[in-house]
Amino acid sequence: MRVNGVHYEREIEPRMTLGDFLRHEIGLTGTHLGCEHGVCGACTVLIDGRTGRSCLAFAMQEDGSEITTVESLAQGGELNILQQAFQDHHALQCGFCTPGMLMTLTELLRDNQNPNETEVRETLTGNLCRCTGYAAIVEAALDAAQRLAAAREA
Amino acid sequence: MGVKQFGARVKRVEDPALLKGQGRFVDDVKMPGVLHACFVRTPFAHAFVRNIDSTAALQLEGVVAVFTAADMPQRMRDERMPMLVPNAAIAALRTQHALATHEICYAGQTVAVVIAQSRYIAEDAAALVDVDYETLPAISDLRSAVAPGAAVAHSDLPDNIASSFKMEYGDVDAAFASAPHVFEEKLWQHRGGGMAMETRAVLATHDPATDMLTVWTGSQTPHIGRRMMADMLDRSVESIRCIAPDVGGGFGPKAIFYAEEPVIAACALKLGRPVKWVEDRREHFMCATQERDQYWDVALAVDAQGRIQGVRGALLHDTGAFVPWGIIMPYIAAATMPGPYVVPSYRLDVRVALTNKVATTPVRGAGRPQAVFAMERLMDRAARELGIDPAEIRRRNFVQPEQMPYSVGLMFRDGKPLIYDSGDYPKGQSEALRIADYEGFRARQSAALAQGRYIGIGIGNYVEGTGLGPFEGVTVRVLQNGKVAVATGATQQGQGTRTTLAQIVADSVGCRFEDVVVTVGDTAAIANGVGAFASRQAVNAGNSATLAGTAVQAQIVQLAAQTLGVAPEDIDVADGQAMARTGNKPVLTFGELARLSQGMPGFSMQPGQTAGLENTAYFTPPQAAYCSGTHVVEVEVDPETGGVKILRYSVAHDAGNIINPLIVDGQVQGGVAHGVGNALFEWMKYDEQGQPLTTSFADYLIPMATDVPTCEIAHVETPSPLNPLGVKGAGEGGTIPAPAAILAAVEDALRPFDVHVTETPLTPERIVELLEAAGAYEQINSQIEERA
Ligand code: FES
Ligand code: FES
Repeated sequence: MRVNGVHYEREIEPRMTLGDFLRHEIGLTGTHLGCEHGVCGACTVLIDGRTGRSCLAFAMQEDGSEITTVESLAQGGELNILQQAFQDHHALQCGFCTPGMLMTLTELLRDNQNPNETEVRETLTGNLCRCTGYAAIVEAALDAAQRLAAAREA
Repeated sequence: MGVKQFGARVKRVEDPALLKGQGRFVDDVKMPGVLHACFVRTPFAHAFVRNIDSTAALQLEGVVAVFTAADMPQRMRDERMPMLVPNAAIAALRTQHALATHEICYAGQTVAVVIAQSRYIAEDAAALVDVDYETLPAISDLRSAVAPGAAVAHSDLPDNIASSFKMEYGDVDAAFASAPHVFEEKLWQHRGGGMAMETRAVLATHDPATDMLTVWTGSQTPHIGRRMMADMLDRSVESIRCIAPDVGGGFGPKAIFYAEEPVIAACALKLGRPVKWVEDRREHFMCATQERDQYWDVALAVDAQGRIQGVRGALLHDTGAFVPWGIIMPYIAAATMPGPYVVPSYRLDVRVALTNKVATTPVRGAGRPQAVFAMERLMDRAARELGIDPAEIRRRNFVQPEQMPYSVGLMFRDGKPLIYDSGDYPKGQSEALRIADYEGFRARQSAALAQGRYIGIGIGNYVEGTGLGPFEGVTVRVLQNGKVAVATGATQQGQGTRTTLAQIVADSVGCRFEDVVVTVGDTAAIANGVGAFASRQAVNAGNSATLAGTAVQAQIVQLAAQTLGVAPEDIDVADGQAMARTGNKPVLTFGELARLSQGMPGFSMQPGQTAGLENTAYFTPPQAAYCSGTHVVEVEVDPETGGVKILRYSVAHDAGNIINPLIVDGQVQGGVAHGVGNALFEWMKYDEQGQPLTTSFADYLIPMATDVPTCEIAHVETPSPLNPLGVKGAGEGGTIPAPAAILAAVEDALRPFDVHVTETPLTPERIVELLEAAGAYEQINSQIEERA
């Protein structure tokens, strides 16, 4: 399996979930587990470029897949545009749901360069946040879309 | 001079690590050789444990041990868990044993613990532990629990009354006898949870070289946890270090000291290996404490103009199987009901009942949402029956700003008379009405109705005692690298505690915000601490920070003056430097001063000089600081589906002086989301045998991004005169009046059908039921026919 561009080979129990593999086998604890039953979205990662629940997938199933996690977003230690927008808008409080939010929005902003508020909110229905009441997350996503557009033009 | 940080929208120092996936939650802490625990929990709500057979479990490969109460240290075998907030009015001082010794009283109670090489194996083995139970009749429903002949929640108690008490002042019966109008309501509020996104977790390790037991716990109150563990494990407090690292949300349930904490610590001590337990979501639904189940039977007496003459009634509160946090919630509820209104006479008879369900303890709001719901439902009822506008009837009854400080006539939970220190309730309401365009609403409503759309508006007012004692400590220390270290017993589960304290310390010491390094949630950092609950940290820790910071600045001035040979009045401190205003304006950096403050080996200190640049302050608030606010909500109800859409949400909020508006707005918005959940979705259901029925996020719904509107927030700042910073708490105000305001709005939207709402959550099914009972569908159909 490749995770964030790095190749990993491990011998594991067939029942180990992808989430536990990422967190405990290869030490990428940025991906969080909030429910382990597929509803909260905290565990969201990109599997071959598409969002998936790492608590519902077995690591074995993803043999050969390309996995992208929150740890890949900040290049050279600098927050990327979406992450920076999260800080600027106070889009995280405890930060537990945040990795999943970031991965879901990474996919959205890649596929839809100019989303409106309704599209952002509907996309986020798969990610629960108990702290923020979502407003700041939505603002951050819309702002990031604009900043990304500006960066593309520059 | 540096830029003043207090009051600025400062970005949080917590964020970069959390955004990069470098947060450090309990389950992220890597510990070589760690073993994993899984608890054996009873599936029954009430039973005796006859026998525990671990043979099969122990045979499973990878299982290290199975422990029961008999294997625990003596105090944990012989004694129940400590009660955190005892009160003389509690008849049944009941808490659970860390591991069951004989009787279990709710489904999910801890019976034994399995320790294994992995969490997977531990879970397998827990299922193999064979427990022989003798089941007992269980009591689940709160009202049945107090009915004659009810099954008892504890086999050795005569009944299910944990406590009964009265809160009263004035001659309420006389007021009711003479009042021209009396309105009565029977109200119910559901049981729900804090439902932090991170479940509970504990990791314990013992270092034999130093005899130090270190316990990482996802807790709001690690200092309290350490004291409790010291007692239960019979160790000195100094030999335990409790760390609450990053914690993924708290909201109350993580302020409780739970059985799992001392058990995991005891296992680590017994096995000489680190032991970790991470709760799963189902366990969280079953075993983390919950709140809100209350029945209110209340009446309001008013004069012909709608002025309140008295309020009286009864409150029945469900404490679940145990009373770990005392009777704080019903007490707070009873004290909150008068709220921002002049209520000349008042009596509430409160009964607290035991049931075979997990205990209830404060969840964001702590008894207040229910009390506000009760009071505001009565106000709406009086407004409707007397034909007075809901905003106007409230206006006629407000405590006026010139009446501050205002004594309600009751005692608050802190044992002090309930005295509102400050506030401007009429202004709060008018601000909220203004941003909600309340004046234009009736026109909007008629226009909508003409199109067959049902929109409504609702108001919720509240007053909340925040910033409760006893204290919180802050140590401020200037380091030789020029940084300023801050340590506190305050904790963080998302409130931005480190950012807020850094702002205050930067201002009071005179350094750059970036140079302040704050440690929270670690008992090794400061001797005494309390933690996060009751919206208390801005008041307690914030004021300690300013006191300690100011004291350190005085030390800096003194040392710099001595060293530079100038008068202290001629020293300016800013941006981490002390500068003389005279001569060629020599400068000493904080780093240099920190070194000088250590003296020289063998030489005496200067007269008056302190050792180090350091101060610890423990601010002890004299009483609660009362924050307040008004929510105005506009909703649309779809009668076909019973769906409720919140169109507009306006908040006026008075949290005194605001340290960081970015953070406070986030607290309000997040609190509202929780209130939306309480009003419309969240319902922890049990069957008659006390079996929990909603144990996943698919059964128990918490609000999604499409359910919570972006609030418009107005700040009304009336500084608290009770603390140097003039601050009040902000963590719970968003939740407290939300159910009252939202339900009032739904009722207003359904006014054409004369539907009356009295319970939360108000789910779509319930709305359809109410509409059916009101004959709404016949009415709608005939209207459609008419139009056609
Ligand atoms: S942990 Fe995967 S969806 Fe909640
Ligand atoms: S920031 Fe805490 S759950 Fe979203």
